[in-house]
Amino acid sequence: MARITASVYTSHVPAIGAALDMGKDKEPYWVPLFKGYEYSKQWMKDNKPDVIFLVYNDHATAFSLDMIPTFAIGTAAEYQPADEGYGARPVPKVVGHPELASHIAQSVIQQDFDLTIVNKMDVDHGLTVPLSLMCGQPPADKFEWPCPVIPFAVNVVQYPVPSGQRCFNLGQAIRKAVESYDEDLNIHIWGTGGMSHQLQGPRAGLINAEWDNAFLDKLIADPAAAAAIPHIDYVREAGSEGIELVMWLIARGAMSDVAGRADGVTLKHRFFHVPASNTAVGHLILENK
Amino acid sequence: MSLDKPYLDVPGTIIFDAEQSRKGYHLNQFCMSLMKAENRTRFKANERAYLDEWPMTEEQKQGVLTRDLNRCMAAGGNIYFLAKIGATDGLSFQQMAGSMTGMTEEEYRNMMISGGRSVEGNRYIGEDGTAQAKNQPQGSGNKKDKA
Repeated sequence: MARITASVYTSHVPAIGAALDMGKDKEPYWVPLFKGYEYSKQWMKDNKPDVIFLVYNDHATAFSLDMIPTFAIGTAAEYQPADEGYGARPVPKVVGHPELASHIAQSVIQQDFDLTIVNKMDVDHGLTVPLSLMCGQPPADKFEWPCPVIPFAVNVVQYPVPSGQRCFNLGQAIRKAVESYDEDLNIHIWGTGGMSHQLQGPRAGLINAEWDNAFLDKLIADPAAAAAIPHIDYVREAGSEGIELVMWLIARGAMSDVAGRADGVTLKHRFFHVPASNTAVGHLILENK
Repeated sequence: MSLDKPYLDVPGTIIFDAEQSRKGYHLNQFCMSLMKAENRTRFKANERAYLDEWPMTEEQKQGVLTRDLNRCMAAGGNIYFLAKIGATDGLSFQQMAGSMTGMTEEEYRNMMISGGRSVEGNRYIGEDGTAQAKNQPQGSGNKKDKA
């Protein structure tokens, strides 16, 4: 059967993608940030998954105000990197896994989560920046990501967004869905976005490193407590865009310790850095024991 | 019955909720149209004429014409949509975010490098942090001169 072996958590700041695409990653501003992902790139090579289930949010790219689904799962064969106003990122197209994605959609909807099934959408920096951070820039002679990706978009743009608790519960439903898939596949689930940041208004530029690190502690050791954090705490403590962190709870909810089946998770890597543009960057890798 | 909106007492912050979304629908969809190169060209050629093609309020149009993102937010704009205007102008997200604080680009960038804006005094309206109305705008890029 298919199984989730690990979860990855990372911020997905667009400026990180721009820095990589324009070859600025060796500049002093960016060196400390990319150093924090050196371990992760090696870990990806040593633990290459068959499929990545990638939780992210669309930033007014594929979804306009004409319609914004709360939870959308991509069941397409492939997705193009989006032009977000600066031209598309020069990264490979994203190859999907329609069979597994539609299986998960069927199972998760039957577990009472109303997913929107999407067969055509471009993917923005929310999805491609985590791939760049974890996989590095693919070489020209092998211009592809290491494995298929199932995009899972969460509305964190238009309030009310789903609660942390609902995201945590959804992660558990996704784990069940994966484990009911017959093919023997090694799946990673990634939660992206955050950490503290605010992009709007006179309060723009807010960073709360203390709160962020307490969130990381809680997410690792007591995820049920992290899931109970109400929206207003994210907004007040981590900035209006810090609410993206609810997406990390989907990935965390999918880990097997949450189902009470194992003796916890193994923390393989933890990294925190301020700033990347307007944002505090956090990153974790957890493996199922 | 009133709705539960516990975020209204956060200073310097407009949460893009269903009510703001309703108010800002046409403004945000105008922004969305700037994702096409030919629309960016037409907009830049005659901003007023392009805006007049949209059923936006005059306040929303003035917000766009003056590039006052705080004004656009108050009129229902969402920052991820408004960012398309900044992209059309060739601005980075950091430049756009900074423009809402009164700080110059360099002042804002330096604030971020030194750890960002502190949350202290900026959790509730009425405290004494940098994002409070009485302490705004910050820095030397005082936007009130332009408005």
